[in-house]
Amino acid sequence: MARIIAQRRLVPNLHLIEVEAPETARAAKPGQFIILMSDEKGERVPLSIADWDADRGTVTSVFLVLGTATRKLSLLKPGDEIPVYVGPLGRPSEIGCFGTVVLAAGCYGLGALWPTARALFRAGNRIITLLDVKASYLLYWDDRYRAVSDRLIVASRDPGVGGGEYIPAKLEALLETEKVDRVISVGCTSLMRSVAEATRPAGIKTIVSLNPIMVDGTGMCGACRCTAEGKTKFACVDGPDFDGHTIDWDELFLRRKSYFDDEIRALCRWEKENLP
Amino acid sequence: MAEKPIELSPELLERLRKEFGLEWRAEMRRNPPVKERMKTPRQHMPQRGASERSRDFGEVNLGLSAETAIVEARRCLDCAKPGCVSGCPVSIDIPSFIKLVEKGEFIAAAFKIKETNALPAICGRVCPQESQCETVCNLKKAAGIPVAIGNLERFVADYERTAGEVALPALPPSTGRKVAIIGAGPAGLTAAGELAKKGHAVTVFEALHEPGGVLIYGIPEFRLPKAILKAEVEYLKRLGVNIRYNFVVGKTATFDDLKTAGYEAFFIGTGAGLPNFMKIPGENLVGVYSANEYLTRVNLMRAYDFPNYDTPVFRAKNAAVIGGGNVAMDGVRTARRLGAERAMIIYRRSRHEMPAREEEVGHAEEEGIEFHFLTVPIRYDGDEYGRLKSMTCLRMELGEPDASGRRRPVPVPGSEFTAPIDLAVVAIGQSPNPLLLETMSGLKVGKWGTIEVDPATMATSLPGVYAGGDITRGGATVILAMGDARAAAASIDAFLNSR
Repeated sequence: MARIIAQRRLVPNLHLIEVEAPETARAAKPGQFIILMSDEKGERVPLSIADWDADRGTVTSVFLVLGTATRKLSLLKPGDEIPVYVGPLGRPSEIGCFGTVVLAAGCYGLGALWPTARALFRAGNRIITLLDVKASYLLYWDDRYRAVSDRLIVASRDPGVGGGEYIPAKLEALLETEKVDRVISVGCTSLMRSVAEATRPAGIKTIVSLNPIMVDGTGMCGACRCTAEGKTKFACVDGPDFDGHTIDWDELFLRRKSYFDDEIRALCRWEKENLP
Repeated sequence: MAEKPIELSPELLERLRKEFGLEWRAEMRRNPPVKERMKTPRQHMPQRGASERSRDFGEVNLGLSAETAIVEARRCLDCAKPGCVSGCPVSIDIPSFIKLVEKGEFIAAAFKIKETNALPAICGRVCPQESQCETVCNLKKAAGIPVAIGNLERFVADYERTAGEVALPALPPSTGRKVAIIGAGPAGLTAAGELAKKGHAVTVFEALHEPGGVLIYGIPEFRLPKAILKAEVEYLKRLGVNIRYNFVVGKTATFDDLKTAGYEAFFIGTGAGLPNFMKIPGENLVGVYSANEYLTRVNLMRAYDFPNYDTPVFRAKNAAVIGGGNVAMDGVRTARRLGAERAMIIYRRSRHEMPAREEEVGHAEEEGIEFHFLTVPIRYDGDEYGRLKSMTCLRMELGEPDASGRRRPVPVPGSEFTAPIDLAVVAIGQSPNPLLLETMSGLKVGKWGTIEVDPATMATSLPGVYAGGDITRGGATVILAMGDARAAAASIDAFLNSR
């Protein structure tokens, strides 16, 4: 069992969960993820690692409250215990001194990309951060990014913040004025896809962190298979980072929606039984 | 396919001889006489009817009663030179335990088995006895039908478990020597049990949240109830085995981290957990599963009880399972139980070459599984939502024998046909899982990704590191993994004592 240290809402629908996991905290590297189960009957859910503290022995993730499993997670309190917490899984992100790096994050990705941002900053990169949020009140951890970024740009549908433009428009404008050596994007599938499409014409290396459905997370089941670099890959052990220009995005979208109907049915049932 | 008979060690032969010479055994051999024993028909193992069982996940076989077990035990001729023992990868003293059953001393019989096999309730269910102990049973040679050794093993283990708390063997004082076992599958659990019995401080590191490896994620409830597995693991825990779940060696901690933490010897039993695909078009469509994923969802994650459990799985109308092994049988019978109207095996060779156990094939046939032999899928097609809707196959015919000695299937030109399906389960085998191996420098790995070991000692190229089961074999059986683990445990014990 793993003990919950903190679980709270960061902004509407996005929660932070900090769990006691000393070994995972010692071994964690940017770009990796954990798998947890909120209770004995739960699903195995992969969550990107958003931060860790090796001294305190804790690991933090940011998750979007979406289906039954994350709904259950969002109700946990400090001191509660969950039956499964395993990691760090996946290959760490490549960290090096690339020059000017654009970080493009949205949704849970603002959390998930943070360790990479910190490591790239320490490695001597010039960092430009693009944060994509639906509305200004959904912005979080921008202070963290501001501390490591040479430029911080917020894209939002909120005309008051960032002029209401989506991230690809911001990115395209940016590429006209800046020489960018690498783009790294983490967030929902459509965000990562649009970032990869925006950098494709200029051929700027673009790394995305894929988020398919997983079960074991150690390469045993193949639920997370995706097409990258012209081959079928297992995101859990070959990734989650891949070259965004080689992803079969349509396939990834469809596979992520495999259980859409079941998920809605399960959530409706859970809400009926558990909400007043 | 029968396994090669195993050469018995002089110590084992001596022990068998001693037991054979016991007075009560000699007495029993005379009464009833051989002729009468040979006349007794093999006792039938009761099972649930096909129409009832194919709708739920309850166990198919029901086990022998005490009365029928004694009758079956009487069929054993208690041979001076028993063939059966040389057919058992873990060298169970089969005549001794069967004669104890005949005597009615079931608990003593269980102890006899446990001298060399810590997981008899599992082996009694999933071992291919018909190609191991039972195929070399002298009664089979003499009268055609062997003693039902597997069914007796199962009976004895079940009897002991339901009779109350299972007694522990006398344990030596703790040596305090730390041994790390990587993987809580059949190999790892066996090695753990053996080493705990030697007094070593054994910790098993398991990536998943339940013990058993393939026994929990792969083999379905209807063949091996989880309660049985749980009880066997409880027994190991009482022997002093410590299990760390949710711990991926190579990720959560490295091999070197464990060494630093004081582990002196290692056993790697990480299995063949990397599913093979055919690399044909459409294999990534929604509705195409690896057997590992399909069975893991249903078994480990209890998707058959969705939405009571959160993990979903497709419930298909027309299910096709590709392959002819035991995993394919488990997959297709699972699809049937989840409501498939048509549940089909698609196998590229003929029935004769199928590696699945005869019992499993028979059970599948009774449950209305369709078998399409000499057929191979070449493409899957989906609808506009990327969901599987059909499979295109080719018919095959058998040509010249290949390296395995089986006749090679060759495509029949122009035999292409398309069948509507909404579920495909690819059960064409697994490869060794490379996750741990990639992180261990200096570990010699063969060209199929298996760890290279000395077959006698199971020693790897790294000192103090031993391995066994599918990570060294590439895809075999539970009992062979357990045999490897026993050998490795003996080597580990010797290694620790030599330091």
